[in-house]
Amino acid sequence: MARKSGMAVTRREAFALAAGGAALAAAGAGAARAQPLRTAARIVILGAGAGGAAMANRLAARLEGAEIIVIDGRQQHWYQPGFTLIAAGLKPASYAISATGDWLPRGVRWVQDHAAGIDPEARHVTTRGGERIEYDYLIVATGLELDWAGIEGFSLDLAGREGISAHYAGPEQAAASWRALDRFTEEGGVGLFGRPATEMKCAGAPVKLTLIAEDIATRKGNRGRCEFVYNAQAQNLFGVPVIHHRVRQIMDERAITYRYQHVLKAIDPGRRLATYATPEGDVETGYDFINVIPPQRAPQVVRESGLSWADRWTDQGWIEVDRHTLRHARYPNVFGLGDINGVPKGKTAASVKWHLPVVEDHLLAELAGREGTRRYNGYTSCPLITRIGRAMLVEFDYDDNLTPSFPGVIAPLEELWISWLMKEVALKATYNAMLRGLA
Amino acid sequence: MEDFTLTTLIAVFEEMFGRALFWLMVAAALVISALFVWVLLRERSLKARRLVRSQIWAPLGGALAIGFVLWITNSRLADIGGPIDWIVLLGIFLAGGVGFSILVYVVQALLRPARGSE
Repeated sequence: MARKSGMAVTRREAFALAAGGAALAAAGAGAARAQPLRTAARIVILGAGAGGAAMANRLAARLEGAEIIVIDGRQQHWYQPGFTLIAAGLKPASYAISATGDWLPRGVRWVQDHAAGIDPEARHVTTRGGERIEYDYLIVATGLELDWAGIEGFSLDLAGREGISAHYAGPEQAAASWRALDRFTEEGGVGLFGRPATEMKCAGAPVKLTLIAEDIATRKGNRGRCEFVYNAQAQNLFGVPVIHHRVRQIMDERAITYRYQHVLKAIDPGRRLATYATPEGDVETGYDFINVIPPQRAPQVVRESGLSWADRWTDQGWIEVDRHTLRHARYPNVFGLGDINGVPKGKTAASVKWHLPVVEDHLLAELAGREGTRRYNGYTSCPLITRIGRAMLVEFDYDDNLTPSFPGVIAPLEELWISWLMKEVALKATYNAMLRGLA
Repeated sequence: MEDFTLTTLIAVFEEMFGRALFWLMVAAALVISALFVWVLLRERSLKARRLVRSQIWAPLGGALAIGFVLWITNSRLADIGGPIDWIVLLGIFLAGGVGFSILVYVVQALLRPARGSE
């Protein structure tokens, strides 16, 4: 017996050694970063959101001697993928709020002001406070602008009142939106959902919220009293055909009505009436609950900079970058990062994660006198929550191909608990790691 | 989900359970493991009777672990969808079972230390 226990201890030690070895190997892999690149370049990053903060951290770690300037007047950083969870009553508003300054590395100068002008010819940015900041390289990471005025009759103070949800506006409005959804799923009536006709961030979010709302009503035992109507801007429920068919199937199974080519243009909060533009003219629909997601476009400072496409998205102003290198087509010292890019897909944090190494590669290659090689294939990801506790981890590229991260393990079109876990717990941790430049 | 390192994994667990609860659980697991090793070294053997008795409690530990994870992630058993969900659930059950057995073994050893060699 004594000999046996001795063996058991030895085996434990062996396991401990093996675990230690694995940890060491992992640490080694992390430490094997490239030597810092020496440069005197002045790099301006416009915006300290997901893309800007992450890029500041990456460049601060990879460059020596560079002057890195981040321009952003916002003191709060918002974890936007969390807005759906807040609007579903699962997380408090504070879940998505942190301080911009907490994410920026030492050695980077943070100009706490908004940009008022960009002059790509003269290579400088002017702030609202009047400071003129010259640059050798500019990384545009401003994000986008929600055009609330594009919905007639709507104002942001309505969020959470009169059955109005506006969870895109911010953490507080998302929390207020939950109060409206909570009331609707208690009292019943007609719930309207939908998306704008412009490009938008996280095109899956309107669908998610519809499915979550239906699930909440079902759990409360009030499904029979609620009607759900999803208004798609196009002739599909999702831009990627294979995902459109899956979403349509789920909506059919759960008796959610959908209407194609219905774009919200106005609401009348007093009469609880929504007006939709359709190919056959305007259509009015009464509601007890409506989730308003407004048209989206580049911020004014970008639209007026001359960086936008001249012949595409002319009403929205996304910047003219090469879809694979994310480098500006006319100003090679300008790069685009995140939502602001005029590319066909990917206004999500997941896309930002894939933009980062591409922009970094091309910028560093340029500084080293080489050609960059990395290409962005349009990857984006959407943990499409289908009910509280289940999601589909859909990932796709420019060509509408599914690009699963875990092929054969996590099926993209299957409603899975593990995909829900990814969204609910793993996503914020990986997002934070991305912001720190670690993932 | 390009690179999934140890740091990311720790961050995921911190996010899942909250930082305080996660590290409290890690500390508890370490203390119980250390006590287990200490008991083994002190008695220089695994006591078969005590081991069997502790294993009887394993299913309860597994069930508790599953219940805990479902609660913390706003989920229900009905949410379990495809094969990977069942595999993860089985993993949680096994981890909970093994952990709980070790705990019960240690508690037995502390309450009724073995006298001499069996």
